[in-house]
Amino acid sequence: MDILKPRDAKDVEDAVQGALGGGHTLDIVGRGTKRAIGRPSQSELTLDLSGLTGVTLYEPDELVLSARAGTPIAEIEALVAASGQELAFEPMDYGPLLGGPPDAGSIGGVLAANLAGPRRIKSGAARDHFLGVTAVSGRGETFKSGGRVVKNVTGYDLCKLLAGSWGTLAVMTDVTLKTLPRAETEGSVLLRGLDAAAAVRAMAAAMGSSCDVSGAAHMRRDGWVTALRLEGVAPSVLHRQAALDALMRPFGKTEILGVQDSRALWRAVRDVTPFAGDARPLWRISTAPTAGPGLAAALCDAELIYDWAGGLIWAALPPGQDTRGDAGAAMARAAVAAAGGHATLIRAPAPVRAAVAVFDAQDAGVAALTRRVKEGFDPKGILNPGRMWAGV
Amino acid sequence: MSIMSLTLPVQDEAVLARRGEIVAALRAIVPGEGVIDAEREMRPYESDGLTAYRQLPMVVVLPQTTAQVSAVLRYCHANGIRVVPRGAGTSLSGGALPLGDAVLLGMGKFKRIREIDFANRVVVAEPGVTNLAVSTAVAHEGFYYAPDPSSQIACTIGGNVAENSGGVHCLKYGMTTNNVLGCELVLITGEILRLGGKHLDAGGYDLLGIVTGSEGLLGVVTEVTVRILKKPETARAVLVGFASSEDAGACVGAIIGAGIIPGGMEMMDRPAIHAVEEFVHAGYPLDVEALLIVELDGPSAEVDHLLERVESIARACRASVVRVSTSEEERLLFWAGRKAAFPAVGRISPDYYCMDGTIPRAQLPLVLARMREMSEKYGLRVANVFHAGDGNLHPLILYDANVPGELDRAEAFGTEILRLCVQVGGVLTGEHGVGVEKRDLMPDMFTEIDLAHQQRLKCAFDEKGLLNPGKVFPTLHRCAELGRVHVHHGHTAFPDIPRF
Repeated sequence: MDILKPRDAKDVEDAVQGALGGGHTLDIVGRGTKRAIGRPSQSELTLDLSGLTGVTLYEPDELVLSARAGTPIAEIEALVAASGQELAFEPMDYGPLLGGPPDAGSIGGVLAANLAGPRRIKSGAARDHFLGVTAVSGRGETFKSGGRVVKNVTGYDLCKLLAGSWGTLAVMTDVTLKTLPRAETEGSVLLRGLDAAAAVRAMAAAMGSSCDVSGAAHMRRDGWVTALRLEGVAPSVLHRQAALDALMRPFGKTEILGVQDSRALWRAVRDVTPFAGDARPLWRISTAPTAGPGLAAALCDAELIYDWAGGLIWAALPPGQDTRGDAGAAMARAAVAAAGGHATLIRAPAPVRAAVAVFDAQDAGVAALTRRVKEGFDPKGILNPGRMWAGV
Repeated sequence: MSIMSLTLPVQDEAVLARRGEIVAALRAIVPGEGVIDAEREMRPYESDGLTAYRQLPMVVVLPQTTAQVSAVLRYCHANGIRVVPRGAGTSLSGGALPLGDAVLLGMGKFKRIREIDFANRVVVAEPGVTNLAVSTAVAHEGFYYAPDPSSQIACTIGGNVAENSGGVHCLKYGMTTNNVLGCELVLITGEILRLGGKHLDAGGYDLLGIVTGSEGLLGVVTEVTVRILKKPETARAVLVGFASSEDAGACVGAIIGAGIIPGGMEMMDRPAIHAVEEFVHAGYPLDVEALLIVELDGPSAEVDHLLERVESIARACRASVVRVSTSEEERLLFWAGRKAAFPAVGRISPDYYCMDGTIPRAQLPLVLARMREMSEKYGLRVANVFHAGDGNLHPLILYDANVPGELDRAEAFGTEILRLCVQVGGVLTGEHGVGVEKRDLMPDMFTEIDLAHQQRLKCAFDEKGLLNPGKVFPTLHRCAELGRVHVHHGHTAFPDIPRF
């Protein structure tokens, strides 16, 4: 398989034009850390954007950063950290979970996959921080949308459309994001030994308080632990920690986690570290928080991590349980259909990903609209064809 | 006032000729008083918040159920009839301006809150529920809905979705698009779709993110799911006066640069301060060029801590007045002035024209200076209120419609301001929408290719272009024409790109 490596945005436009003219399809790759997600590539050519690097604008006082799409996310995070800022949506790192190195992804990949971490419940996902884009559609034409200001309703918000479109509509070349001040400190309140139903009740009480909780997860760490994160200036974190501690006591014995341990814990939640380093089929399910435990119960013996106050479930299937050879797709789809939400198969062998619906199984109307949107941006189906759904 | 320089789509005479038949067909779908065709009764619908433009619709329909909305749209689609959706009609950009040959689809009867779910922190509401009513419905448990456009008493949640409405708390809490989780959407074909729900993010393309802010061009929303938040423990405001707008702008940058994101950060210039103080008596200092209201919210320990920092930053930025609210009454009084800014300006001028550009904040001194020059050039006064944290300007151009030529001058002045916003790296509209008002300025910000890509999205939702035509896009292209693929390089594939 040939690899095209554009040097700049003009090369990207030429590459897409060339593919269009030559009847080729393109596999769009940033730095390649998430290639194992989605249906396996069916393209004969790879468009490698790792040569499009560099932060082109960063104005901390204006909370804005622009970069070329292939810029390593680690470079951006280090740059903004030096000004006491961060990408508030806490983009997770899929690297280790998919058997690769950590901190290797690109900013374009972060946006194309609409990543978010535990802070999603407070600060939103990549989509909520994506201010502007320049991209080349499957028509081989360069277009832009949005801008460099946070408040903007001029025209359709194509940034939202491209966030989470996994390179199937356009190839992003330049992106602009909102940056935000990084919390000065953090701490966590822990509860031990709750079952899922009690944990979700505790997390709902925490989220429904004025403690401004920025992470709420339930996972195994020497038995089940329910963790609630507080971030901010030191006097505020101390004050809220005391209030939250009092609020959580009716649910069980509480513990306080200091800043270093808290950071390590939430990094592990963000990157789903407990499920890294193995090859079990892994599902990522988004649902209403209170529906989480019921949905998870329908997943039989899957090992679970609950994030987003119970609304995000990571479910790893035990070895040997995948008797149908579908990575649990039938079971997961049925559970989600009953509870509401959507499920994505994040990790499975390529033949399984080729055979089952990896992304949301859409109902007919939404599926038809999805196809029409794809046809508008990529009428010849040359960008990541079939990555999300067969024929799209 | 009449329609000024605005060109609307050519009326479809064939549709108008069938008006009687169309009214009868709509009455069969929406019985009783839900179909209005008498001129006198249609008058209230002839304009929205942008009252300079007026046009009677062909007929008004006020459905009460999703099934009726679906049947009306299906009928209009089958018969090639244009449809203009409308919420409360508070749009400031003419988004709900009727068309003479179109059905005006009013969603005002969708007034019910369907579900309040505190455990999942969401409210499911019909689109005609007002923005404020959502907050009111959850206030007894200490919750609220964060986006708070200044029209929140009247504007509806459906209209908020259509316009992606903002408010003074956007910088910290986001706009509508950041607070909507799901909707029920009826396409022009009558098809009913569900996008999102009580869960976060889309499983496929973020169609909800596209529908939000689409100004009624993609579909009609019949149900909305929004997230609600617990009210902050406390809020305090500080009033800061400056001898120059440069100092005020620098202070805003310094506050954010220090890692503080206030719940609200508003700026007014001298003409706005004076107009407001005369009207509201908020105790604003009158000897300053610019006034900032900075509000911090959260636990009292945090608010007190950050207020001290803001005070010292303000003094370092050469503030001439720094006054921290000492009671809830005083905090509300600080805000009362800002919230009354538009009516206050309305008192000192027979008419005013409200603009809505956003600029990179650092450009504020330049933009204000240029606006003063334009003010002299056009012979019209201008007062500025400004969502300072996110760079969203609201210049209010004062004019008298009864003086011949003043309205035209006000429009030309407004156009020049918006062009300037784009030139300095900003955008045409921060929260009011494009509508008809800024439609013809879109080419200042977007190339033809940019606009064609946006319109292809429109084609995916509404191929015949029947929903709210004449809004947002300066030129209407047929979808078939937009669908063509142009290959520039023929078969000389990848001439110069490094290949491995």
